[in-house]
Amino acid sequence: MRHDHITSTKQLSRGDIEAILDRAGEIAADPLRFADRHEDALLGLLFFEPSTRTKMSFSAAIKRLGGDIVDMGPVDSSSVKKGESLADTVRVVEGYADALVMRHPSEGSAQMASEYVDVPLINAGDGAGQHPTQTLLDLYTIRESAGLDGLTVGIMGDLKYGRTVHSLAQALTNFEASQHFISPESLKLPRNVRYDLHEEGSSIKEHTDLQEILPSLDVLYVTRIQKERFPDESEYRAVAGEYQIDADLLSAAKDDLTVMHPLPRVDEIAYDVDETDHAQYFEQAHNGVPVRMALLDTLLEGQA
Amino acid sequence: MTDRELRVSKIENGTVIDHIPGGQALNVLAILGIDGMSGEVVSIGMNVPSDRLGRKDVVKVEDRELSQSELDVLSLIAPAATINIIRGYEVAEKHLVERPSEVSGILQCSNHNCITVDNEPVTSRFEVLDEGVRCVYCDTIIRDDLAAHILV
Repeated sequence: MRHDHITSTKQLSRGDIEAILDRAGEIAADPLRFADRHEDALLGLLFFEPSTRTKMSFSAAIKRLGGDIVDMGPVDSSSVKKGESLADTVRVVEGYADALVMRHPSEGSAQMASEYVDVPLINAGDGAGQHPTQTLLDLYTIRESAGLDGLTVGIMGDLKYGRTVHSLAQALTNFEASQHFISPESLKLPRNVRYDLHEEGSSIKEHTDLQEILPSLDVLYVTRIQKERFPDESEYRAVAGEYQIDADLLSAAKDDLTVMHPLPRVDEIAYDVDETDHAQYFEQAHNGVPVRMALLDTLLEGQA
Repeated sequence: MTDRELRVSKIENGTVIDHIPGGQALNVLAILGIDGMSGEVVSIGMNVPSDRLGRKDVVKVEDRELSQSELDVLSLIAPAATINIIRGYEVAEKHLVERPSEVSGILQCSNHNCITVDNEPVTSRFEVLDEGVRCVYCDTIIRDDLAAHILV
């Protein structure tokens, strides 16, 4: 793989993805072998939006490779508050770091920022656009639990604004996966993702009711439906309630169904699912470290 | 050469853009960045009866030969446009517009949350699809009423 920046899963081939997942597997098996691989490497963190998992796991990843972070910190205490443009911010910060990780509320921000910097820039979420490193750890989790080919995958929740959904759906077109999309009418896949799936020859199978497809799924990827997507609270409650799962509902699923979630969850997965063999979402979150280590290792190696 | 062609090409030197859909002439000028401030002599015929289009617009720009790449962006709103390059009152070259693979700085993204509509030093860029265009930055696809998204 030779990419300077990772802004979207669309740029990753099956070979690229498998190379990163293979390296993540090697790292997970023997992390100490990679412990001093990038001594002195500095990873610049630019999070213009809150983050727990992504930011902490990138921090853990670079430190476990022997490097360290330089963190812009919260927007309120940065020069952004003074009205600095994103283009200027990234041009300044690239002088402080060997690679950048950025999360920003505007779609297309990572693509634009990548045009202004020479160090590798990784998109850690751009508005309702893309979240490619989440997808890499999602694919790693799926591969570990069910393999990546010949799967029937259900993706449920906010498919319109969910960046993890967009990245995952596009990446899965590289594999022999049958994708089912389960959502309220108002939160169906956006036009651009449908276009890409169509271009890749994937059929788009959409459902408003999980139960009609649940028994045939190997993987169920659940995402959060956000209150602010609805005109009022009562409408949100009525719709969101239709897309919650619990252990009882999953009794209709295959025994080896893998349930995933990019987290944080609110109430779309009941706590009683945690006790079942289906639950993989905490393992999924933990996989963020070896997968991001593998990606950083690959990108920093390419810069050497 | 018919009377009508003679009539629209009756400038000494310049470019005549014919077969523009009726009502789109001002958008054509906007796309070409012609606002009258740089001194060109510009004539516009709007809603001229046309066998092919029913009603068409015609734009004549004197003493300026527009390049093929400048004109190809017109294909987004005037796919049937014909271009006549006039030299010494004669049609020296005749071209059809071709769809470019990408257009830059011409359209504004319809996504209000796109980084290109923020206060950033970035020029909008769109990939041209068979139907519509796609923002290179936020991936939004615009299919309908491209003229409404022209940056002026």
